[in-house]
Amino acid sequence: MEKLVVIGAGMASGRVLEHLFDAAPGAFDVTLFNAEPRGNYNRIMLSPVLSGEKSAEEIVTHDADWYARHGVATRFGERVTAIDPARKVVTGENGEVPYDKLVIATGAAPFIVPLPGHDLPGVIGFRDMEDTGAMIAAAATPGATAVVIGGGLLGLEAAAALRLRGMEVTVLHNSGHLMNRQLDEAAGYLLEKDLARRGIKVITRAGTERIDGDGKVEKVVLGDGTEIAASLVVMSAGIRPRAGLGMAAGLAAGRAITVDAQMRTSDPDIFAVGECVEFEGNLFGLVAPLYDQARVLAKTLLGEEDAFVMRELSTKLKVTGCDLFSAGDFAEGEGREDIVFRDPARGIYKRLVIEADRLLGAVMYGDTADANWFFGLIKDGTDISEMRETLIFGPAFQGGGGPSADPLAAVAALPPEAEICGCNGVCKGTIVTAINGGAQTLETVKAQTKASASCGTCTGLVEQVLAVTLGAAFEAGGAKPVCGCTELTHEDVRRLIKARELKSQAAVWQELGWTTKDGCHVCRPAINYYLLADWPLEYRDDPQSRFVNERNHANIQKDGTYSVMPRMWGGMTTPEELLAIAAAAKKYDAAVKVTGGQRIDLLGVKKEDLPAIWKDLNDAGMVSGHAYTKGLRTVKTCVGSDWCRFGTQDSTGLGIKLEKRLWGSWTPHKVKLAVSGCPRNCAEATCKDVGIVCVDSGYQIGVAGAAGMDVKETERLVDVATEEEAIEWSTAFIQLYRENAKYLDRPYKWVAKVGLGWVKEILSDAAERRALNARFDVSQSVYQTDPWAALVTEEERKSWSSPLMDMSREAAE
Amino acid sequence: MSWIDIGALDDIPPRGARLVRTGKGCVAVFRTGADEVFALDDACPHKGGPLSEGIVHGTSVTCPLHNRIFDFATGAAQGADSEVTRTYPAKIEAGRVLLDLSRLSGRSAA
Ligand code: SRM
Ligand SMILES: Cc1cc2nc3c(=O)[nH]c(=O)nc-3n(C[C@H](O)[C@H](O)[C@H](O)COP(=O)(O)OP(=O)(O)OC[C@H]3O[C@@H](n4cnc5c(N)ncnc54)[C@H](O)[C@@H]3O)c2cc1C
Ligand code: SF4
Ligand code: FES
Repeated sequence: MEKLVVIGAGMASGRVLEHLFDAAPGAFDVTLFNAEPRGNYNRIMLSPVLSGEKSAEEIVTHDADWYARHGVATRFGERVTAIDPARKVVTGENGEVPYDKLVIATGAAPFIVPLPGHDLPGVIGFRDMEDTGAMIAAAATPGATAVVIGGGLLGLEAAAALRLRGMEVTVLHNSGHLMNRQLDEAAGYLLEKDLARRGIKVITRAGTERIDGDGKVEKVVLGDGTEIAASLVVMSAGIRPRAGLGMAAGLAAGRAITVDAQMRTSDPDIFAVGECVEFEGNLFGLVAPLYDQARVLAKTLLGEEDAFVMRELSTKLKVTGCDLFSAGDFAEGEGREDIVFRDPARGIYKRLVIEADRLLGAVMYGDTADANWFFGLIKDGTDISEMRETLIFGPAFQGGGGPSADPLAAVAALPPEAEICGCNGVCKGTIVTAINGGAQTLETVKAQTKASASCGTCTGLVEQVLAVTLGAAFEAGGAKPVCGCTELTHEDVRRLIKARELKSQAAVWQELGWTTKDGCHVCRPAINYYLLADWPLEYRDDPQSRFVNERNHANIQKDGTYSVMPRMWGGMTTPEELLAIAAAAKKYDAAVKVTGGQRIDLLGVKKEDLPAIWKDLNDAGMVSGHAYTKGLRTVKTCVGSDWCRFGTQDSTGLGIKLEKRLWGSWTPHKVKLAVSGCPRNCAEATCKDVGIVCVDSGYQIGVAGAAGMDVKETERLVDVATEEEAIEWSTAFIQLYRENAKYLDRPYKWVAKVGLGWVKEILSDAAERRALNARFDVSQSVYQTDPWAALVTEEERKSWSSPLMDMSREAAE
Repeated sequence: MSWIDIGALDDIPPRGARLVRTGKGCVAVFRTGADEVFALDDACPHKGGPLSEGIVHGTSVTCPLHNRIFDFATGAAQGADSEVTRTYPAKIEAGRVLLDLSRLSGRSAA
């Protein structure tokens, strides 16, 4: 087998290896060096890792198992220090390795502007996991401030992410507007405004003079004397190819290692790929062309023909909520015309640059839905004379289709060669072919075509292609948006509410780019729950975002009447309570039913009678049973050691204690508990959200059972010796569920997603359990109230359900 | 048009509704998040669900019983559903909500 040595496990070489192993498994015996102490990961996703929107594990593209499967000898954490083309060996920090073929894929390094003070601790480039970790650590210090030098793509992603971590951030940019290489002035202005809204300060035309500090960074000083305090300085003033190793080995080089269209260097057995190469005078800084290079290099290594060609590039900024796009050439010039569209109220700006009936460039801010279509026109040099009038309105307006706001129609209108995934150069036709070949979910399309596998901004488009191609058969798989108002999933929204400290519904709609004015009946209850669960003291519950049952504190029936169900703690009641219930049933003409939850339901009560019946039951010492909430419902118990000859513990007493601790709490879906006095399990504890079975030695706590639309036995969370521990663990579990689950996931669905192992790991830490209990207490200080008792005066009770105006007598005349 | 003053705008919660009871059934008066007012028959044309108890979003309401979504301006259900509920002219003047119920006369008592 031929020996292939690869220097650098980056985005380019990772792709080369994938192509190689796909096309000819076993053709090479591969040794992979990486200076970073890890294998390949999706470097472009470091920005979401920095902001906390993704975890480091989530962006790993090749794990240990993958290398093992393909027999790759990995030398991670080992830098290559020299190449000897004459002897055909490379020298690593731990020794030499011979090669038959060598691939240099060392990427690029951040350019550190040689300002005075650039070598102080606290000055960091943004390139790898270590940089990201250092920035996260710096942001964790209270009051930490950051200065980002360079307002390009990377600098702004870093600035936005650090801001999300709570830092004060200032961006210094030497040109007149941000991202001046990709945006025109108007779009740059909108971007600056957007960033200002997020609390990021931007100084353009900033002449940075020096970085000051005693032993570490303390401030940045500008040419005009302005001083900006900083505990972190991020240098993002461009990158420099890491070509030194190749140059030292005598390979031909300009600013980087020179390669031909087959990715071959001046040495016939040495190849180079990625940001460390120069091709026909061009350097590289985005992944799309590198993936093309990787494909070509894999072919070359296998002795097949292919040639790398330069192609048009487009840019997007990966900052959630900042939609911008630019492609092509949009400088002003003789014979060039602009078409501009602005909608200041919505912060939208679009500009097309046209020359001789061809689209040359496009800049878009605020609405980039049609970006790929425009990019296609630029790349293909399509004659646009026929569409000129309506061009700026996008594909939905072309071809006589008339105006249509339907994004699916727009995607359906795209030709097969329209590019969907810019990073991987995947066009619509390729995706459609994969779908017709059986890839029917986002995941399979991603796996087969690589579409949406890199930066992920085209995920929505890929799903739309799936939807158009499969029609009704397609159900957006793992990443299903909350509803039609947003493309974000529940998980995204929950994370962003926490990470960006969104504390009102209006903030969620605005910051996360809701497409509707004020949501819909699907998202509003979910967002309302997330906000009240995450910010119990700051957010005020919004009754108008609650389903009728929760707003009226009673279950609506099919005829518009309601049911009324008082709590019976642990299923225990008294003759006095029963008398009061009987009296109320008679007075309000209600049907009486014993429920499956060990209590009594009064059915068929008219809305206007609700406040009165609540008052009667309140007066007899009862409170609402919350039979209508996504919250704690009941704690069922059996008679236990008080009465039963088999009872091992006081199951009734523990049930009552649990219900008294937990009642009134809102949860992602309803929560039901039960406590059985022995393994005979008369309270059916083994199919509850939390179910406790008492045994001689204590309490077995099971969680994640189900007995509704699915039936599932609980899984054992822990065995504890005392009642106090049982209550502490149960409460901690419920609080963890409250803080993390998707709205309308019962605990068993949530646990299936996060894994019981994860839940156990967190809850087995005593400090963590205490913290969860403490946060639960804070929430209960606001929410453990009886809604029936909220209406105090006669006046309030009357007006609660009265019409605004009663004209029944007049109108009847 | 015969406008009737039915109360102050502030009597209706934003993104909520209040009822006007008439001899011919109830009319639901909605207030949107942008402080516009609209009036519809309270009984959903599907199975009579009380629309005034639905969640109000944009300029529509979702019926609390089976989630049909009705547009305030037209009274028509969204998407595949074909029901249409009756609408009544409503407006705000000097903070008061005015309703024109003349279309009610054509309706049989509910
Ligand atoms: C009243 C009661 C039936 C009875 O007469 O016994 C009842 C009545 C309703 N259940 Fe239930 N469930 C009742 C015990 C149960 C039980 C048994 C139990 O709690 O021990 C279950 C199975 C266990 C479970 O919770 O999964 C149960 C599983 C459901 C489900 C399926 C939930 C699931 O995740 O699979 C729903 C639908 C839902 O919540 O989305 C549901 C929904 C409903 C609703 C609220 C339907 C609705 O949205 O209108 C019913 C209200 C009827 C009404 O007009 O008031 N009900 N429901 C019981 C009230 C118990 C209580 O005291 O609070
Ligand atoms: C935060 C961030 C966001 C980005 N966002 C985007 C984006 O949205 N879109 C886009 O198209 N591009 C983006 N990029 C650029 C993109 O990541 C790069 O173009 C791409 O990673 C370059 O791939 P590469 O394989 O050439 O180099 P790299 O991915 O940098 O890999 C090179 C590897 O070689 C190793 N190495 C270097 N020298 C040696 C040596 N002597 N011995 C052993 N190993 C060595 C390095 O440790 C490194 O792991 C982003 C970059 C960053 C840092
Ligand atoms: S099983 Fe539950 S939801 Fe179904 S009819 Fe009976 S009470 Fe209603
Ligand atoms: S009653 Fe309104 S949707 Fe069924």
